[in-house]
Amino acid sequence: MTKQFALGIFEDEDVLLHAVENVRAAGVKIYDVFSPYPVHGIDDALGIERSRLPIAAFFFGLTGLSFALWMQIYMLGFDWPMIIGGKPHIGLPAFVPVAFELTVFFTCHGMALTFFTITGLYPRFKVPVMDVRATDDKFVMAIELDENSSQFPRLTQLLRDNGASEVNQKEMTNN
Amino acid sequence: MATLTHHESATAEQLVVTDGARKTFIAIIVTGVVILILGILAQVLGWGAAEHGEAAGHAAAAHGAAHEEGHSVLIKRVIVSLWHSNLFFLGVSTIGTVFMAINYVAYAGWSVMVKRISEALSAWVIPGGVIMLIIFLVGRHDIFHWTHEGIMDKNSPNYDAIIAGKSGFLNLPFYLIRTIVYLAIWAYFSWKLRQLSLQEDLNGGTVWFHKSINASALFLVLYAVSSSMSAWDWVMSVDTHWFSTMFGWYVFASWWVSGIAAIALTAIFLKQAGYLRALSVNHLHDLGKLMFGFSIFWTYVWFAQFMLIWYANLPEEAVYFNQRLGGFEGRYTFLFYFNIFINFVFPFLGLMTRDAKRQMIIMKIVCIAILAGHWSDFYLMLMPATLRGENGFLIEIGIAAIFLGAFLILFTRRLASASLVAVNHPFLDESVHHTT
Repeated sequence: MTKQFALGIFEDEDVLLHAVENVRAAGVKIYDVFSPYPVHGIDDALGIERSRLPIAAFFFGLTGLSFALWMQIYMLGFDWPMIIGGKPHIGLPAFVPVAFELTVFFTCHGMALTFFTITGLYPRFKVPVMDVRATDDKFVMAIELDENSSQFPRLTQLLRDNGASEVNQKEMTNN
Repeated sequence: MATLTHHESATAEQLVVTDGARKTFIAIIVTGVVILILGILAQVLGWGAAEHGEAAGHAAAAHGAAHEEGHSVLIKRVIVSLWHSNLFFLGVSTIGTVFMAINYVAYAGWSVMVKRISEALSAWVIPGGVIMLIIFLVGRHDIFHWTHEGIMDKNSPNYDAIIAGKSGFLNLPFYLIRTIVYLAIWAYFSWKLRQLSLQEDLNGGTVWFHKSINASALFLVLYAVSSSMSAWDWVMSVDTHWFSTMFGWYVFASWWVSGIAAIALTAIFLKQAGYLRALSVNHLHDLGKLMFGFSIFWTYVWFAQFMLIWYANLPEEAVYFNQRLGGFEGRYTFLFYFNIFINFVFPFLGLMTRDAKRQMIIMKIVCIAILAGHWSDFYLMLMPATLRGENGFLIEIGIAAIFLGAFLILFTRRLASASLVAVNHPFLDESVHHTT
């Protein structure tokens, strides 16, 4: 499936932020903004909801902690009990470092994988990029157009009025 | 609560300490005195002695009557409590300057909004230092085993070979010199950074900022050494036989997280009283993150110390946890677990979510829990070694309340002596527009 996008290219972060506010105020829905670095306050300006990734992270952490404790208690307490340093078979303080490490391990890997899956940023051969200059020194505001791109002239005017240095139309395939 | 809009910038604000606030501080002191008197009565009349009288008897016997010296248990309790609370408040007070210095050196902009609070926090450094020296000179025999007469003298019945071996470090002149040097460093730099900051308010320009960075960098190096050494001297040396290489960090972590909690708590109170118009929920969020992170840091240091001692199980090291976990008829066992709960589990779960850090009420509760928790952490460091099961809570809490009241009076006086906003700080605008 192909989609048409209007791309407003901006030179400056502040101009972009004001443009985002004005474009949204004009009733236009912004598809996304691409920037070379994280722009402070852009999430609020775009009206993006808070990510629910932290909730996922908490449960990944809980899984890691449970797994680590289960693994150590089962292995050292039941499956192959050994006396180490005269400590009880289930000596919880000794399990804490491993439990901590596995909690961190599960949390960060789970978060990274979830993030890449949800955002579609997972590695692949053909990477959809709106405008490669967004990885260098330009800020790109993408607005989705309908089938026959009838709003493009109006959007071009709106974006230019709000400081866009150029406005392009681009067709993206798939997602 | 007035909050600035996006395009305004912050202006000078003058704190007025109301009569109501002053009365509250006096009331805290009076309550402290009342609790202290109740505690003294309880001790003199032997209330509650039935439950732990036996424990105390054992403890006294274990201590060895041979080198029992100094005052009665009552005076001892008062002196150790004074040392304990003063140590806590002095440490928290110094953290104000440390926090500011770290922010200067890191070129941090967000923290400008709470800078005056951290400056004012250090108002207690000089009084606290003077009180510390007085307590040491008057009551050192009740706090420090190594100051006892003849303990380093081979021919004395009090002779203790292990303590005598530490006489190169733990002797009176050197100890006093060290204590005075630490206090002098802390007092000088808290004064210096405060003066530079006030000069900046008056004269403007970036020259004060750069001078502050230089002073901060020097201070941080000196503080890194002096905080660690002061922890050995003032806290670890009460357990003269025992030693731990983690201890300096452990005490610093306790002071540091309490200091940040004190700054955050003050910021919330000021905000709710209508001051600090430019302080937003974003600043609280960052302070909350620091409290969350450094609660974990404290736990990390605490656990690193505990686990190595537990695992190696060497008698000369394990005695520290033997006393605190199950020792003295289990008098400290509850506090031992409570310490981990209030200083780790509670802030960890309480401040985990973003929303929690942005809610003033939750931040307030956690700040107070952290401050109380680390006060009891110091209690757990000092009491088993000095009073050996003979301490309670009334005298200790009474004295802590007196210190709190006095601390708040000096703290608010310094807060009110200059604008609450460092108006000429070069990063003020960055702080006003801070988002998290």
